[in-house]
Amino acid sequence: MNEEEEIQFPGLDPALWQGASDRRLSRRDLLRYAGAGAGAVGLSAFLAACGTSNNSGSSGGTGANAVGSTSWWAKQKLHHQVDFANWPYYIDTSHGKHPSLEQFTNQTGIKVTYSEPIQDNTSFFQKIKPALQAGQSTGYDIVVLTNNSPVFSQIIQAGWVIPIDHSKMPNFDKYASGLVKNPSYDPGNKYSMAWQSGYTAMAYNTKFIKENITSVQSLFDPKYKGKIGMMSDPQELGSFGLLATGKQPATSTPADWQAAANKLQAQKSLVRSYYDQSYISALKNEDTWISMVWSGDIFQANLSGFKDLKLVIPQEGAMFWTDNMMIPKGAANPLDAMTLMDYVYKPAVQAEIEDYNNYVCPVPAARPIIAHKLKDPTVANSPTVFPDAQMQSLSRTYYQYKNNQSLLQWNNLFLPIIQG
Amino acid sequence: MSTTQGRGRLGKRLSPYLLTLPGGLWLLIFFLVPLFTMLSLSLQTGNPITGVFHLTWHWAEFGQQLSLYHTQFLRSVAYALTATALDLVIAYPLAYWITFHAGKKKNFFLLMLIIPFFVSFVIRTLAWEFILSDQGFVLGTLKNLHLLPQSFHVLATGTAVVTGIAYNFLPFAALPLYVSLEKIDRSLVEAANDLYASKRQAFLRVILPLTIPGIFAAFLLTFVPALGDYVNASILGGTNTTMIGNIIQNQFLFNSDYPAASAMSAILMAAVLIGIFAYAKMLGARTIEEYV
Repeated sequence: MNEEEEIQFPGLDPALWQGASDRRLSRRDLLRYAGAGAGAVGLSAFLAACGTSNNSGSSGGTGANAVGSTSWWAKQKLHHQVDFANWPYYIDTSHGKHPSLEQFTNQTGIKVTYSEPIQDNTSFFQKIKPALQAGQSTGYDIVVLTNNSPVFSQIIQAGWVIPIDHSKMPNFDKYASGLVKNPSYDPGNKYSMAWQSGYTAMAYNTKFIKENITSVQSLFDPKYKGKIGMMSDPQELGSFGLLATGKQPATSTPADWQAAANKLQAQKSLVRSYYDQSYISALKNEDTWISMVWSGDIFQANLSGFKDLKLVIPQEGAMFWTDNMMIPKGAANPLDAMTLMDYVYKPAVQAEIEDYNNYVCPVPAARPIIAHKLKDPTVANSPTVFPDAQMQSLSRTYYQYKNNQSLLQWNNLFLPIIQG
Repeated sequence: MSTTQGRGRLGKRLSPYLLTLPGGLWLLIFFLVPLFTMLSLSLQTGNPITGVFHLTWHWAEFGQQLSLYHTQFLRSVAYALTATALDLVIAYPLAYWITFHAGKKKNFFLLMLIIPFFVSFVIRTLAWEFILSDQGFVLGTLKNLHLLPQSFHVLATGTAVVTGIAYNFLPFAALPLYVSLEKIDRSLVEAANDLYASKRQAFLRVILPLTIPGIFAAFLLTFVPALGDYVNASILGGTNTTMIGNIIQNQFLFNSDYPAASAMSAILMAAVLIGIFAYAKMLGARTIEEYV
């Protein structure tokens, strides 16, 4: 109860903040292309400039004093500052400030430099990779990466993430939801703590589609030729192909992938386009009537006036992904980072962040606070923010690539569909 | 006396080199070094995860990339050529009119031509995506008036991509054409008229041949960036409109396959260079034989 008192809201009704901003909507689309203006001719030179280094990924050793070991953590001190790299529009924001982070600074004296440089996992990884390879600091103490991206396992395998200190996460231990505790992609939370989760599901426009959609098969329905939106991320697309062929992505085999790729290839003439984050503007512009979607986007779209868009958790299941906070190797302020990562698991803090984000909340105890204190029952009662038992039974996990070979095999099957 | 002379001669001999030094260094650091890094990368093999690659002279990479992506490669060439042709056809009369008929307002019209391009490339393309959307205020209105069938759409087609490219690169075609038209000595046109050439003959036999270098420059400035473009295809395109720029981007970002991306870039660059030299040779020869 004490935690509930900790947050003071600076004058503004939190419900207003979320209406005033359309967060993740433009997260990947506008920003992703911002660099493209630099000119397409420059592309090859740009590629060239990103040459490789011959430094092999240093493992950091495995001894008792290795980075991330108990004795290493015991030697760390607070520096009263922390650099947090996150995705755009992914934290509570009011007048250009982040109340939850200001509160953190007031309580702990740790100053947070919050930046939003991550527009997609892979390109962000490419940016910090040279520093990691060279054994230098990336300039960030916390980075947020998605478990469904190959980058997530790559950065761990390469030894570029500091194992977190399990003695300094009491709030996580007490409040974290079962969905993000000891997850299959990071057993025992050795390297990561969830920031937010979400579903890759589907949505349709009830203005144009009158039937009640319940299955991913509707994405393959010739009736909607030219009005179907699919995602251009090979992991997302492949996983939906697997769901459509009745397979569980997590336990699928290369033979299943081939069957899924065949099904998606056959669907191609019906598809309008393979979208990145821009799928949401295609849905809003009514260019597509039925589409693969990320749950929070549709929730937000509904709140901001696009009431015809209906989110569907298909009977075959929806892909459940999690964005995870991690401490990259070479971080200057690991103890400050640990403190912040655990701080956001306080229910009152999480309630404030969640009421802005509307993705899947990693702290179930934030629900009554959102309902009663923030007076936002829409968010509190949404099964895609606080998944109920039925929702949890429909959650599907992504395939974890065993090695680079399996990743290439996957991409070589699904990329040609997208890139035809 | 003799020493001063010697120093003067030395200075004279060195001055061309000294004068080209800044430009030469620029070229070396920002063009040749990246270029050779890219070429060397295209022959390397290694582990995309850790990003450790070694030079293994893996020439097969080029063949593999060509066999995997020749469709997108040829499509890019076709799109870029169509867009460039479109630009030349639009830009030539435009530049001609500004040069010969705009009078005192010449600078105003030139400014009007460039002003839209002060807005970011990407924002303009996204704006077109919004304007041309299926139920947007253009197509939506026409559909409600039953002037267009419900299934009609502009976006997600090859036409949309080609038009987008043509639109985005129009000033690159118009400005060189304007410069070369502006340079023409008006007395040559008068002489043609004095010699009883019709307006049409004067244009075809005097003005057009004199602007061939301008047409060549306009072609190059439009075709080369259009060929490598990936923004139009990803914003305005659909399922079968992927260009080689998108492929390179994806190889780089999704597969982290730098050698493949570099090999493809090298192929693209070689194709462009060969094409341009052939084209210059063709145009250059004609210019020299017939008009000088």
